[in-house]
Amino acid sequence: MTFSVAIEKKLRADRREFLLSMKFDSNTDVTVLYGTSGAGKTLTMQAIAGLIRPDAGRIAVDDRVLFDSAMSIEVPARKRHVGLVFQDYALFPHLTVSQNVGFAQKRGWRSQRLSNRETESILASVHLESFAHAYPSDLSGGQRQRVALARAIASRPRLLLLDEPFSALDSELRAKLRAELIEIRRRADIPMLVITHDASDVAAFGGKTVHVDNGSVIE
Amino acid sequence: MQSDAIVPLLLTLKVASLATIFASILGIVVGKMLGRRRSFTRDVAESLLTLPLVLPPTVLGYYLLVVLGREGFIGAWLMRTFGVSLIFTWQGAVIASAVAAFPLILRAARAAFSEVDMQLENAARSLGATESEVFFRVTLPLAWRGVLAGALLAFARAMGEFGATLMVAGSLPGRTQTLSLAIYDAVMAGDDARANTLVIISLITAVVLLIAAAQLLQRTRYSKP
Repeated sequence: MTFSVAIEKKLRADRREFLLSMKFDSNTDVTVLYGTSGAGKTLTMQAIAGLIRPDAGRIAVDDRVLFDSAMSIEVPARKRHVGLVFQDYALFPHLTVSQNVGFAQKRGWRSQRLSNRETESILASVHLESFAHAYPSDLSGGQRQRVALARAIASRPRLLLLDEPFSALDSELRAKLRAELIEIRRRADIPMLVITHDASDVAAFGGKTVHVDNGSVIE
Repeated sequence: MQSDAIVPLLLTLKVASLATIFASILGIVVGKMLGRRRSFTRDVAESLLTLPLVLPPTVLGYYLLVVLGREGFIGAWLMRTFGVSLIFTWQGAVIASAVAAFPLILRAARAAFSEVDMQLENAARSLGATESEVFFRVTLPLAWRGVLAGALLAFARAMGEFGATLMVAGSLPGRTQTLSLAIYDAVMAGDDARANTLVIISLITAVVLLIAAAQLLQRTRYSKP
């Protein structure tokens, strides 16, 4: 598995300008994008997922080009098969845990069946089988994080993107969930890109680390 | 006495319900089309679409007559194609009420849609949802409270609609005479007893609707019972 990112985007807000100019590639299972907040990590992730459009550049996962400004290729977000775990989890508040996890499986107008075997087994893998019918508002921070991870994995992504996955959790829980995540990732065998500003994440995940500062990669 | 007060009530409920349904469908579609980003063109479009709310109902009625009347381009077309005229019919009253109520649902829907966390819509996209799936499975279910509040206002506006309805549909007892028109008619005829009955019926209907609405709006807690 390899992926490569080389993008540029200029952003303007309140007369300040921010230039995102990211260029990195990786061929390891785990890649960590490390840098202070405001360095452009989340923007990079959104560009990979297809939620924002870079001004120029190219994004490819394996041999599949997701974005290429020179060839005017822009695969829409829904067809990128990139699983996202948002910093604030972004769980659907009106759906139960199993409906959240099964979201990608239900297509079109068909009713959202409560649970199928696959959803069940994914929930079991994150130790949430007893919460299948709970709503996100009933869950603790750690449980929500697990649901977000399960939901992303259930969509069978080719690449998993995690934005500051543990920033909302206390340090004890962080260590526990980090170990869980590493284990779940290995079993699901999905390469992942983790965004973090936490040096202890970098140490724990290993793999390749890409340092980011002020919109660009620093060597 | 009672039975001939029931006729305008049922007519009012029929006209207001249909008008609310039409106004809601259109308001939801246009509210979604206007989107969450503000721009000069979008704001101008919204202002123009809000005109029915701020114009005097008689002006609205006048324009509806211009459009729907025998000489109007829709009225003439309806006459040519189907041989029907909407003037002085309860269907005409539905259109007048729908147009008057439309801005309320449009503004409520647009505001409700733009309050939905964009991150949730993005999450749905990244899970493979098409734009219409994002709308029907995420945006609308999360915004329905605001949309419903707008629909209730629209219904109230449609129930109380007077000026435009009078000009388009007239005040034909049993055919186009809704509660508000019947009350005016009774007062003008000096029939205080009938006016009283109709006013009380209006009041009870409004209270029942408000209670029902409060119940509906209360029932959404996304949490295990």
